[in-house]
Amino acid sequence: MSEEFKVEIVNPEKSFLVKDDVSEVVVPAFEGEMGILKDHISIISFLKPGIIKILSKSGDENYYVEDGIVEFKNNNLSILTSTIFNLADMDKSKQQDLLKQAEEEANKTDINDQSKYLADQKVEVLKTLN
Amino acid sequence: MASLDDLKKRIASVKSTQKITKAMKMVAAAKLRRAQESAEKGRPYSEKMNNVILNLSNGISDKENAPKLLSGTGQEKTHLCVVMTSDRGLCGGFNSNIIKKAKSYFVKILDEGKELKIITVGSKGNDQLKRVYGDKIIENISFKESKNANYFDADKVGKMVIEKFEAGEFDVCTIFYNQFKNVITQIPQAQQIIPLNNEGEENSSEESYEFEPDEDEILSNLLPKNISTQIFKAMLENSASEQGSRMSAMDNATRNAGEMVDKLTIEYNRSRQAAITKELIEIISGAESL
Repeated sequence: MSEEFKVEIVNPEKSFLVKDDVSEVVVPAFEGEMGILKDHISIISFLKPGIIKILSKSGDENYYVEDGIVEFKNNNLSILTSTIFNLADMDKSKQQDLLKQAEEEANKTDINDQSKYLADQKVEVLKTLN
Repeated sequence: MASLDDLKKRIASVKSTQKITKAMKMVAAAKLRRAQESAEKGRPYSEKMNNVILNLSNGISDKENAPKLLSGTGQEKTHLCVVMTSDRGLCGGFNSNIIKKAKSYFVKILDEGKELKIITVGSKGNDQLKRVYGDKIIENISFKESKNANYFDADKVGKMVIEKFEAGEFDVCTIFYNQFKNVITQIPQAQQIIPLNNEGEENSSEESYEFEPDEDEILSNLLPKNISTQIFKAMLENSASEQGSRMSAMDNATRNAGEMVDKLTIEYNRSRQAAITKELIEIISGAESL
């Protein structure tokens, strides 16, 4: 039996990525990184800013996401997100732009703890990329 | 009868109008293809979102304490209507169809003695509604600068709606938009987004999910996103409908202009002929009298 399952990433504009030969996906779930293998129990969780790692036979891919929801069911992993970038396509200037935005957000004083936490996360992740 | 010169001018003017409507039709057709594509591409997201929420709300343990966005405030005194129209005219019955649908809903609400608040998205809707319901419009948004419907704009509207909901400004929220069926048919829709209407879509698979963190927290995070998603979907449908409607309206206009040119040309030729005949008769009778 193969150890592969299907992953689908959609953003509001389009279906971003569909792959059906994935062996493992690591998602930055809200309560910590979560690795998903085949026959994982059905789960719904949401994402915090971080890196999605997709491991498959045809090569590994990394994506940067800012938010989203993951749903895993019957060996189908759906990731819904509004902001996603392929790290391979992301150049330094784009990273800097995002980092600047995130820092601005994190430095705001009039936001609540949760958005503050999320903004801090963003800054942290983006810094590690550089 | 109009003089020859007048007729000539008239024909030239109709012809140039025809050129404009023809060009607009071409542009609308090109834009329609793009809008239709993005409407189709946007569907998986909102469908998946709906699915997840359905699963969640089925699995929720404590129905009493469910988030208010899902279950409502328990009363329906104040209605908020988000009327989504286009920013540009010359698109047939597109805007007036939405307005008509919205107005009949408004009348119903007001007849029941409930309070009504309106948010208009797109300037054309605002223009038409402010005459009668001017005092009810609490907000007017227009995305004239954005070329295509994008999620960022939808999110702005969504956040505003949620803010007002949390401030207790309304109990029920309905959005009005045109659903794109095909180029000739667009169906005006009224969709209730707060509280969420599940319409008996019971999920047959009683699959139990693991939630991380718990259902309530996911739901309270997800529901605001769903509002934006639904609004985004409406925007996509709307922009496809707008272009479709404009295309068929301009097609009609071009055809009518063509007919008019034909008719005017016949009239022009006839009066020219009449003038020639008259002149001939004059010359001949003049020669005869000599």
